[in-house]
This record gives sequence, structure tokens and C-alpha cells, in this order.
Amino acid sequence: MALTDLANPSRFLRLANRAIPWLAGVTVIAFAFGINQAMVAPDDYQQGATVKIMYLHVPSAWLGMLCWGLMTLAALGTLVWRHPLADVTAKAAAPIGAAFTLLCLITGSLWGRPEWGTYWVWDARLTSELILFLLYLGVIALWRTVDDPSRAARAVAILTLVGAIDLPIIKFSVDWWNTLHQGASVFRIGGSTIYPTILLPLFVMALAFTLLFVTLVVAAMRNEIMRRRVRTLRLMQASAAS
Amino acid sequence: MGATAHIDFVAAAYAAAAIIIGFLIVWVTLDYRAQRRTLADLEMRGITRRSQPARDAAPMQQAKEDA
Repeated sequence: MALTDLANPSRFLRLANRAIPWLAGVTVIAFAFGINQAMVAPDDYQQGATVKIMYLHVPSAWLGMLCWGLMTLAALGTLVWRHPLADVTAKAAAPIGAAFTLLCLITGSLWGRPEWGTYWVWDARLTSELILFLLYLGVIALWRTVDDPSRAARAVAILTLVGAIDLPIIKFSVDWWNTLHQGASVFRIGGSTIYPTILLPLFVMALAFTLLFVTLVVAAMRNEIMRRRVRTLRLMQASAAS
Repeated sequence: MGATAHIDFVAAAYAAAAIIIGFLIVWVTLDYRAQRRTLADLEMRGITRRSQPARDAAPMQQAKEDA
């Protein structure tokens, strides 16, 4: 099956119906393994047990940004290629990305209090992450404001493309400004600064979170396609009745 | 630093993750059931897309009667 075949919503629905149970099963297995690895991983020599918050905080931060990246591609798909599933993807992914970004902010605060002595500081990394969360809320609000999905899709696509500027700001904020938040420690030139016994559970949890994200986005896309069918049928019903 | 130091912050973080992820799963599942039920209801009343065969012989007539 060619990738372009997925452009057909009916074909996507059939594929999603088959894939979702498998994706959910693999996600559960990955989380069971990841949480087990996280719990048996040694404490950090400086941070103690609070390092275990990293196994939630870092994957949710990655996925919050990855989701906006996916929505940016979908925005291009809407504006440039007019792909039939592009705006479905963007609409389905937004609440999920918002949830992961919120989780990143909450776990970051809970990690910051024992390590920095405060839940929040207005440093560049934390502020740019908060802006990402507010952008997600803006996109969700915009989808709800405009009744016609195709008109809403164009407005959301423009906001998404503008908001993508925040992604490199989040990534490089710790390099461009003097921040309380630490610099890159996983993917960096010269290798990771994290010891392998702590790094491996982080990668397993990141995989589990990514599988969860994919499962939720595919399921939410299925819901959105069905919601649009309901809308179409109701419009047909209303026009037939008038 | 002791192994149990700040364990309440760790527990709160995992609880927050469980709540947020649980909310996402419940939301997606309930939304799916609602859409499926609504689609099935519309099809039962003979209102189908043009590309789908209608179960009812006169679907639009049924819609008019419903209205």
C-alpha cells in the first residue's frame, strides 16, 4: 500500500481500526518495561530519588515539541498540498500535544522545587515551554470558534506555522540565554552526560511515551473523521428536510 | 541524599502523569463511542453518505418524516 493511499479517509479508518489494538498492546508492554526500569534504576548521586521525575519530564517535553512539529507538517499539508487528512491530523493532535506539554510543566515544577528551591522561575526555557502550552490552547480555541472545519483549518494552519518559531527557541534557549534550567544533557556534541544506568530507562520511557502518543493521535484522528461524517450526514438530513 | 528524600515530589509527578494520561485515554475512548453511536443512529434512520448503500429504501424520505 502506497503512503498516498492513506489520503483516503475510509482507507485510513480501516487501517486505524486494525492498528489501534496492536498499538495499544505494544504501548502497555513498553510502559510496563519502562516503569520497571525506571523504578529499579539507581538514584542520582546528587539529586537522589528526584531523578526519577526525569523519566516523565523529558519524554513529555520531547513529545510536546514533536507534536507541534507534526502539526506544522500538517499545516503545510493543509495550505500547500490540501491533503484531506492534514487538518484532521492537526485537530486530533492539538489536545494531545497540550496534555504532554502540561505534563512537562507540572513534572518540571515538581522537580524544580527540591532541586532549585522553587516551583517556577521566568527563565527562557520554562517561559518558552509555557508559551508552547498557551499556543496549544489558542489552536484548540480556534478550532472551536470556527464552525466550518475547512475554514478553521486554514486559520489554525497559519497560527501553527507562526507558533513553530517557538520550537527552536525552546531547544536553544539554554544556549542563547543564561537559564536556571540545565543545558542539553542527552543529545549533545561529545555524547550524553547521563550515566548509562539512568540513560537506558529514559530511552525506554521515551519509546513508551512515543507509542502512547502515536496510539492516541491515530485514535483521535479516527474520531475526528467520524465526527465529520456525522456533520455531513446531519447537513444532508437538514437539507432533505427543508 | 537519602533514598526517600523528596519522595513525595516523585509520587506527585507520577500521580500527575497517571491523571493526565488516564484523562486522555478516557476522552479518546468516550469520544469514539459517542461518534460510533451517533453514526449508527443516523444509519438506522436511513441517512447515509452517497457512497454508501442505504439500509432504508427511502432514506431521505425518512429524514423528511423525522423533521
